[in-house]
Amino acid sequence: MGLKEKLHTIKEKGKGKKWLPAFEAVHTFLYTPNETTHSGGHIKGADDLKRTMTMVVLALIPCLIFGMFNTGFQHFQAFGEPVDFFSMDAFWYGFLKVLPLVVVSYVVGLGIEVLFAIIKGHEVEEGYFVTGMLVPLIVPVDIPLWMLSVAVIFGVVIGKEIFGGTGMNILNPALIIRAFLFFAYPTWMTGDKVWVSGAVERANEMASGADVAGVSGETILGSLAQGRDFAYSVYDMFFGFIPGSVGETSTFLILLAGLFLIYTKIASWRIMVSAVLGALVMGLLFNGVVNAGWVSEGSKFYSLMNTVFWHHLILGGFAFGVVFMATDPVTGSQTNKGKWIYGFLIGFISIMIRVFNPAYPEGVMLAILLMNVFAPTIDHYVVQGNVKGRLKRIKAKTA
Amino acid sequence: MSKDIHIKKGLDIKLKGEAEKITEKAITSDVYTLKPEDFHSIIPKLSVKVGEKVKAGETIFYNKANEEMKFPSPVSGEVCDIIRGEKRKILAIKIKADSQQQFVDFGVKDVKAMNAEEIKSHLLASGCWPFIKQRPYDVIANPANTPKAIFVSAYASAPLAADFDYVLAGKEKELQTAITALSKLTTGEVHVSVGKNANSPFAGLNNMTLHKVSGPHPSGNVGTQINKISPVNKGETVWTINPQDLLIIGELLLTGKFNAERTIALAGSSVEAPKYYKTKIGSTIISLVDKKLKGNNNRIISGNVLTGKAKNLKENLGYYDNIITVIPEGNDYELFGWSLPVFNKISTSRALTFSWLFPNKKYDLSTNTNGEHRAFVVTGAYEEVFPLDIYPMQILKSCLYQDLDEMEQLGMYEVAPEDFALTEFICVSKQPHQEIIRKGLDLMLKEIG
Repeated sequence: MGLKEKLHTIKEKGKGKKWLPAFEAVHTFLYTPNETTHSGGHIKGADDLKRTMTMVVLALIPCLIFGMFNTGFQHFQAFGEPVDFFSMDAFWYGFLKVLPLVVVSYVVGLGIEVLFAIIKGHEVEEGYFVTGMLVPLIVPVDIPLWMLSVAVIFGVVIGKEIFGGTGMNILNPALIIRAFLFFAYPTWMTGDKVWVSGAVERANEMASGADVAGVSGETILGSLAQGRDFAYSVYDMFFGFIPGSVGETSTFLILLAGLFLIYTKIASWRIMVSAVLGALVMGLLFNGVVNAGWVSEGSKFYSLMNTVFWHHLILGGFAFGVVFMATDPVTGSQTNKGKWIYGFLIGFISIMIRVFNPAYPEGVMLAILLMNVFAPTIDHYVVQGNVKGRLKRIKAKTA
Repeated sequence: MSKDIHIKKGLDIKLKGEAEKITEKAITSDVYTLKPEDFHSIIPKLSVKVGEKVKAGETIFYNKANEEMKFPSPVSGEVCDIIRGEKRKILAIKIKADSQQQFVDFGVKDVKAMNAEEIKSHLLASGCWPFIKQRPYDVIANPANTPKAIFVSAYASAPLAADFDYVLAGKEKELQTAITALSKLTTGEVHVSVGKNANSPFAGLNNMTLHKVSGPHPSGNVGTQINKISPVNKGETVWTINPQDLLIIGELLLTGKFNAERTIALAGSSVEAPKYYKTKIGSTIISLVDKKLKGNNNRIISGNVLTGKAKNLKENLGYYDNIITVIPEGNDYELFGWSLPVFNKISTSRALTFSWLFPNKKYDLSTNTNGEHRAFVVTGAYEEVFPLDIYPMQILKSCLYQDLDEMEQLGMYEVAPEDFALTEFICVSKQPHQEIIRKGLDLMLKEIG
């Protein structure tokens, strides 16, 4: 008896049993089910949700691998023993730092998913597939694993399961996890140390009196918010040789991933394009304000306002957020017209928060969460347009 | 305004096993079956008993809510069985056919001299009324209404659909008679749609407006054409009728006989030699497919693959259907089916699915769902295959949470389940769209009427 038949027998035996969802999660991973159509159309298209989600994970993998290289590279750079970027030293160091994040994210998140599936008696849904990969890419690499676990539990339970699971949530779970970390552990998440692996440890050593040199673990946005200069070129920023969250630094790879997702028709190009437009418009406005001389050089907003408008696209988590988070179909706007408005406002507000919130100069997370809340409102007005058209038709008839 | 209709949004599902344009006479069925479930929302009252003799066209049952609406026997013979289900619900009436067919004589009519009331009562009495359906609700037309227009789609864009130009060829006289009759029942026009490059028997007929249709499926769906020509507003009614049923009405008016004969296509990748057959409404499936199929793990569908009903060999050709499609059952597992590249299935995405590379390739699709049922997740995909000026996902959701106001506002009066067959086909979450819409329409029919 082959594996296929064996698994089929187990599935038949497990009908009605508590453990079936857990078994089916593994079973459907190996084999697409033998389910056939029974009502309505007798044939179905080739895509299912697993395939859709897999495409996003696939697009994230280059960012993950690059993130591993970058983690090691930034570490050795900061500690004064620079290595080549694409060297085994850098990769191995990063791999050992990043892998635990991925493992914790998946084990904790999927554990909760399976638990809820068993309690509620439905199949394990694949929503966490993507979330679980996003999470390690949007946190600082030195985050303690217990902190990550708490955040993942919070994000999956409060962000998704209490609404009814995949497809029902209002806010993007990955962003909820990050927002939770940001608001629950602000001293950790907003410091100038966490973005380079080892910098926090070094700071602690110094505090306890060890005679070592301090190491900066600051992002470019952090420096700008403090009104300081930074030593990275546009080239570095675009290709991602800069400190930051694990997977967000390489705008180049994110751009490729974005193109892949548009080409496969998985993510909405409307949201991506309009978000970029929104960010450029806001950036231009700020540049204009500076050029008009309305803001003096002494202002605490000056350096961020004076940042060349298109540099905002390659700084911080903007690109990552727009390509992977804003395009989440569940929490985003669902109508095509609505997507334009939704995306534009995300871009616009991201840059606004980035400039005006010096305590935490990463606006894209908050902008997307904010627009998640407003997406149904946007859709409501777009759909009302269609409804009004229908009413007008009657009026034209009766008039 | 141009009378031609061109749509861009849609999807042609090209399947293997198209019927060759050869017509044979099917094996004559011994038993003919009438199923009240074919007539949605009708509660039947029987007018025959087991053992009773009937002629072709004689009433078998009538509509409990409107006793004038009669449902005729397709053949002459003896009522041999009445199958009942729970609460004695009538599931099927079986009639054993005579070798010599006898017809009820409804009298030869001169359509031109008849008025609307005369035509209505004649169609009701002869059992031809059930062929006329209405929107809103996609049910048999209410004879008390006067529709603002009547629509006939003689362009079949559904997968493997029978070619109307072929099956109706040479029947101009019957079609013209039926159309003239129908044109008296509406305050507006009779709209007939044909393919853009078609050689249609409707082309030269009078008392109707001809529309030439082009574009991918669902351009041939009557619902698409209604939406483009004259969408249904609240309080309005349109009627629809299938071209093959116009023939029966035409023949009734010309000869006085209810002749249930119909040319159907037997198609699909599991059919050895797909072609057309002459048969009658209610014939058993086995009389049509016996010894003509490949293998024995097949799904037999009365109707097309998107909207038809699954049947077993002992069941019958559906009342409104002009095609039997047979495709392989997909009750097998597929290793890593969710992640490996796909070449042998149709997809509108490019998520390692490659059907977009081969627009003219014909596929051998099975009944596998290719995934499990999920909540709605993906957005923006339905719109690509849905040509109506309606938000498909929003209207489906309004049906699910049964908000009657919202359903009405979003356009429920305009739709039928078949309009959602394509969105159902491409649905990543494998939601049963047609069932959702049908239930929504039933709820509205019950609550609003």
